[in-house]
Amino acid sequence: MVKNTRNGRRARLIQLEGVNKHFGHLHVLKDINLTVKSGEKLVVIGPSGSGKSTLIRCMNLLEKPSSGKVTVDGVDITAHKALVAKVRQSVAMVFQQFNLYPHKTVLENLTLAPMLIKKVPQAEAVKAGLAYLDRVGLKEKANVYPSQLSGGQQQRVAIARALAMRPKIMLFDEPTSALDPEMIQEVLDVMVDLAHEGITMVVVTHEMGFAKTVADRVIFMDDGLIVEENSPQRFFENPTHERTKSFLSRILR
Amino acid sequence: MVGPFAWFKWEALFRDWTVFAEGLKTTIMVAVLSLALALILGIVFGVLGTSQWKLAKLVSRIYVEFIQNTPLVIQVYFLYHGLPHMDVMIPVFAVGVLGVGVYHGAYIAEVVRAGIDSIHKGQMEAALSQGFSFWGAMRHVILPQASRIVLPPLTNQAVNLIKNTSVLAMVAGGDLMYRADSWSSDNLYYGPAYVAIGLLYLLLCLPLATLTRRLEGKTGVSS
Repeated sequence: MVKNTRNGRRARLIQLEGVNKHFGHLHVLKDINLTVKSGEKLVVIGPSGSGKSTLIRCMNLLEKPSSGKVTVDGVDITAHKALVAKVRQSVAMVFQQFNLYPHKTVLENLTLAPMLIKKVPQAEAVKAGLAYLDRVGLKEKANVYPSQLSGGQQQRVAIARALAMRPKIMLFDEPTSALDPEMIQEVLDVMVDLAHEGITMVVVTHEMGFAKTVADRVIFMDDGLIVEENSPQRFFENPTHERTKSFLSRILR
Repeated sequence: MVGPFAWFKWEALFRDWTVFAEGLKTTIMVAVLSLALALILGIVFGVLGTSQWKLAKLVSRIYVEFIQNTPLVIQVYFLYHGLPHMDVMIPVFAVGVLGVGVYHGAYIAEVVRAGIDSIHKGQMEAALSQGFSFWGAMRHVILPQASRIVLPPLTNQAVNLIKNTSVLAMVAGGDLMYRADSWSSDNLYYGPAYVAIGLLYLLLCLPLATLTRRLEGKTGVSS
């Protein structure tokens, strides 16, 4: 396989080979092959039910593929179950529903996993946690509980919590889909900032503006298949498949 | 005609108060130890009942259904009369702790399972995605949240457990019920004996029942 020269020397961080996923008789992912390189921003779009969330959830094994191989940072996580938890430490995920820990304060949400899993001393974890909160503009909310925040603020805290593990890869599973329209931009701004810092990102989203400005590569999924894969410029200006065209015409009005 | 609650019968009861004090002590000790056992069993089997692992789920199901759908008396009789035939002799105090503990463990398992199921599955996913193990996620993320929901039905189970320690009377367990039985079958002063221990059970259970109601009110407001 010939590699794109621009990315040729970058390490492959995530590799899916022949991945299938069945839910009962539903065939949700159909023989997916996909590689994400270090530093790459990959945006996954597609209609609901196309398998894009299942795809991203296979990357940290929250969804276990029915067949096929998922390699993350050199570890075949479909084969080495014992290493899954270890690998997950460097693959952070941001969820549609935020999933902050409601019984912990904002700051404790950020320090819990670093202290318990990575054994970071408390003082250090708190210092780092406050720095990440500052980065998403919510330092002053450190000691409140998540339920006291707006949806947009909660999602920014969730991003800070993800960063607090100092991950190599950030997975975003429709991070703005549960937000009121006026809160979407504040979350996207944080994500654009992150993208400029070179962290590897895989983002499932309906935000086409974000895809255009941030993505290195866009893939379009439909019915469990990767239908089209291209640079954002060519993807949006020159989609080749009928299904991509009809989806874009519906979403870009 | 001497009534069932004649004064001299009460006098006899107060004279022999140490008999009842011994019984109260045994009842409290059996209740405390079997509650500890029931909590351990309940949390372990309750968590297993929510796991993705089919075998664990099945084992938990069998335990809960088998224990909940057979009488406590038969379970205790099995420990007391059955096990010795298999050359397993356990002292009657242990029969009480084991019998009542295993019985209420099954009920607490259901309470814990329902509590865990009520926590949004995104919580487990968030914890796992950060690198927590299943049990780590349970301990630090799921159970602390579930415990708020589980506490009222749990104290209710503690009340039932205290009352059910009276099953020990059927195997000469030395508890409050047994002492009242044996003391009054000697002198036929049934009236004061059962009224007195009934009040003692009430004294043990009422504070817990009140606590249950208060906790129910609390979770209702905060959630």
